[in-house]
Amino acid sequence: MSFLPLHFTVSGYDFTCAGEASSKVKNKLKQLGYDSEAIRRAAIAMYEGEINMVIHGGGGEIFVEVYPDHIDIKMADKGPGIENIEQAMQEGYSTAPANVRALGFGAGMGLPNIKKYTDSLRIESEIGKGTTIYMTVQVNHS
Amino acid sequence: MKIKDIITILNARLLTPQADLEQEVHTACGSDMMSDVLAYVKDQSALITGLTNPQVVRTAEMMDMICIVFVRGKHADDTIVNLATQRNIAVLQTPYSMFTACGMLYEHGLRGGGEKQ
Repeated sequence: MSFLPLHFTVSGYDFTCAGEASSKVKNKLKQLGYDSEAIRRAAIAMYEGEINMVIHGGGGEIFVEVYPDHIDIKMADKGPGIENIEQAMQEGYSTAPANVRALGFGAGMGLPNIKKYTDSLRIESEIGKGTTIYMTVQVNHS
Repeated sequence: MKIKDIITILNARLLTPQADLEQEVHTACGSDMMSDVLAYVKDQSALITGLTNPQVVRTAEMMDMICIVFVRGKHADDTIVNLATQRNIAVLQTPYSMFTACGMLYEHGLRGGGEKQ
C-alpha cells in the first residue's frame, strides 16, 4: 500500500518549539482531506509524544506514515528509558520535574492520553538506551 | 455564545485583532494543566487559563479550540500572539480571576463538556 512518509527531528532543549512537528502533520492531514476526528486524535497523541520527548527523552526522531485508512507514528528517543511501563501508563503517575509541571505538563496524563486517542500503542524501552513508541490511528471514511 | 460575547462579559481585551469574533463558542474548559485539556475533546471550544506559554496555543491548536482567555490580566508575549494569529485562534485577556471568569461565563449559559463519566 502506498503511503506518504514524513520525518521530523525534535530538539530536546527547546520547549517553545515542542509541538511544531505535530502542527505540521495536522496541517498536512487537513490538506489531504482526512476526517477531522482522526486528524485531531493523531495530532493530540503525537503532540503528547513530542512533549514527552522534550521533557524526558532529550529530543528524538519522529517518523509518520500516512496511509489512506490509517496513520502510523513512530517516535524514538535516546533518553533514559522507562523503568516500569505499566506504571507509566497509569493516569497521574509522573516523573516530570517541577519546572515541567509549571509549564502545564507532567501531570501523568501524557501516555494515558496517547493510549486514549490511538487505536494501537506499543512501547519499547530500554534503560539507558531510550524509548520508542509506535502508534496507529485508524481513519474512518464516512 | 460568540467570541464577541465573551469579550463583553469578561470585560476582555482582544490581543489578536484579525480574529473572527462572530465564531460560535459551544463549550469551555478552565485549566492550567495542558494535559488535562488534551484529555477533553469538544469542538468550537474556549480555553480559560492562567498559564502563558506557547504550549497553551499548541494545545488549543491540537484540540481545534477557537479562543484562549488569559485570566488575571496576564501578559501574553508576541510569540504567543503570533502563533495564535497564524492559527486563527482568538486571544483575550481578562482582568478577572480564573474562578470568577469561569463563573461569569457559566452564568451566561456557557457550559463545560467532556466530564469524566
